Amino acid sequence: MPWFIKSKTSEEKRKPVKDDIWVKCGSCNAHVFKEDWFNSLSVCPKCGFHGRLTAYERIGQILDIDTFKEMFGRISPSDPLSFVWTRGSYKDIVKQTQDKTGLNESVVCGIGKIHDIPVSIAVMDFRFFGGSLGSATGEKILLAANYAYEHKIPYIIFSASGGARMQEGTLSLMQMAKTCAGIARLREKKIPYVSVLTDPTTGGVIASYAMVGDVNIAEPGALIGFAGRRVIEQTIRQKLPDNFQTSEYFLEHGFIDLIVERKKLKDTLKNVLQYYNR
Amino acid sequence: MNDYFDFEKSIAEMEKMIEKLKSISPDQNHYNDEIAELEKKCALQKQELYGNLTAWQTVQIARHPKRPVLLDYISLVFSDFVELHGDRSFGDDQALIGGFATIGKRRVMLIGHNKGKNVDENIKRNFGQAKPEGYRKALRLMRLAEKYNLPVLCFIDTQGAYPGIEGEERGQPEAIATNLTEMARLEVPIIALITGEGGSGGALAIGVGDSVLMMSHSVYSVISPEGCASILWRDASFSPQAAEALKPTAQSLLALKVIDEIIPEPLGGAHRNYEQTSQEIKRVLLKHLKRLSAFSTSKLLKLRFEKYSAMGLFSD
Repeated sequence: MPWFIKSKTSEEKRKPVKDDIWVKCGSCNAHVFKEDWFNSLSVCPKCGFHGRLTAYERIGQILDIDTFKEMFGRISPSDPLSFVWTRGSYKDIVKQTQDKTGLNESVVCGIGKIHDIPVSIAVMDFRFFGGSLGSATGEKILLAANYAYEHKIPYIIFSASGGARMQEGTLSLMQMAKTCAGIARLREKKIPYVSVLTDPTTGGVIASYAMVGDVNIAEPGALIGFAGRRVIEQTIRQKLPDNFQTSEYFLEHGFIDLIVERKKLKDTLKNVLQYYNR
Repeated sequence: MNDYFDFEKSIAEMEKMIEKLKSISPDQNHYNDEIAELEKKCALQKQELYGNLTAWQTVQIARHPKRPVLLDYISLVFSDFVELHGDRSFGDDQALIGGFATIGKRRVMLIGHNKGKNVDENIKRNFGQAKPEGYRKALRLMRLAEKYNLPVLCFIDTQGAYPGIEGEERGQPEAIATNLTEMARLEVPIIALITGEGGSGGALAIGVGDSVLMMSHSVYSVISPEGCASILWRDASFSPQAAEALKPTAQSLLALKVIDEIIPEPLGGAHRNYEQTSQEIKRVLLKHLKRLSAFSTSKLLKLRFEKYSAMGLFSD
């Protein structure tokens, strides 16, 4: 690349630029009418880039109209370590994030229907602390799993997360074990669990519930990986290939079943769930 | 003999002085009073120092190059060890080892990370950072333990799962996630002991247990202080602050109900007395083995599920 072209960080590339009328695609830089952008489910009509969705946008796209009933919505973070860093106290920043996003935590849970099939669903929202897995996130994901267990309905998790939440220390690490304990119990009643990996799914989330679906589905081009790219480059002291840690890379290496475009996701989920024969 | 940290400087000087005085007149008793007084003073200062370690100092002791590793414990705590190799799929990871072992009169499956103590060992053992085949070997041994009705003991001492390209290619996250899921329902008792560093997912992947224990100078954290400092403070030199903030010490984690018991180390750390450390470990492990062996399988699984369901603090 010539020196006079400023290289974009991967973070900048992924964030579509929005203003009142136009949405600028985060990948090909095309300007798309806002209405067209949303009509195409926040997928760029020019290049097919899948933009990030909020939890409620996702729920609107996946569940049958007016079937969603939110549950466990009051559960929210506390500040178990009284964590303070350069940006301030965890407690204050949680409050600011809640005000900004209208969310109590990084996951929205509830029940609803996918083409008339009742499901328990958990949808992560990257805007809330990078979708990180904190104590309250883990509690909600476990409770939604328990609801599926008790009512014998399929469980679906949409992941979008940078990993465990540092500001809750080892308690956030424990959420990996807690959520997997909930998933493990589903198998004993032979209840389906489908994991959908969206951009990004990394760290403690890919290394817990996101990777152990009966069926693992990913959206195209999503960042999926365990260790951070920089950490790996420092460890092995060489540059990594461009497609490293993408949905496509994970499919190629045998860790996900399917890559599905957003517009086909709802129908694909129905197709998978209809094979649940009990 | 011992490697000292900066914060141990005054103790190091006193110990050196005591040894010097002793060596001047080993047969006569000229300096006995002085030696006795110095020893008394030194002991007091040790009590003071090691009773009030900062989180960052504890991290350093947990990483002490002479801290006992699993192979030391295998010879000091266990007998009749039969090492079992390989994940039956890709290879044999030497960073994470395991096999049949006997403790007291109890037969168990022993699994754990093994760091090296010098450069050659560390190359062989990859600094105790396991790859997916290591975690898959661990799971294979746990399933074998289930078949043979043996309790599983996991000794944890790792900076974390190996963050390299092979790890990603061969499914490090899948290996960890599968272990977490399988350990949640494994039908034999599991005891996890953090002996040194409990580094994130690489520690937890053999750390789901009915009893979770920590050595008094070990640490257990979601991310290393260095990693946390470079992300949140944008500067790794803030590691001491990050270590305080993360609360990774045994005392903090006992209060947060992440762990069940702390195994006391000799004054100054496990590296100062392997024998005494091993005796304490043996005593506490036997106590937990006895307690857990009383439960039926269904009761054990119920208690384990309840234990992990209760992990975390949030508001409702």
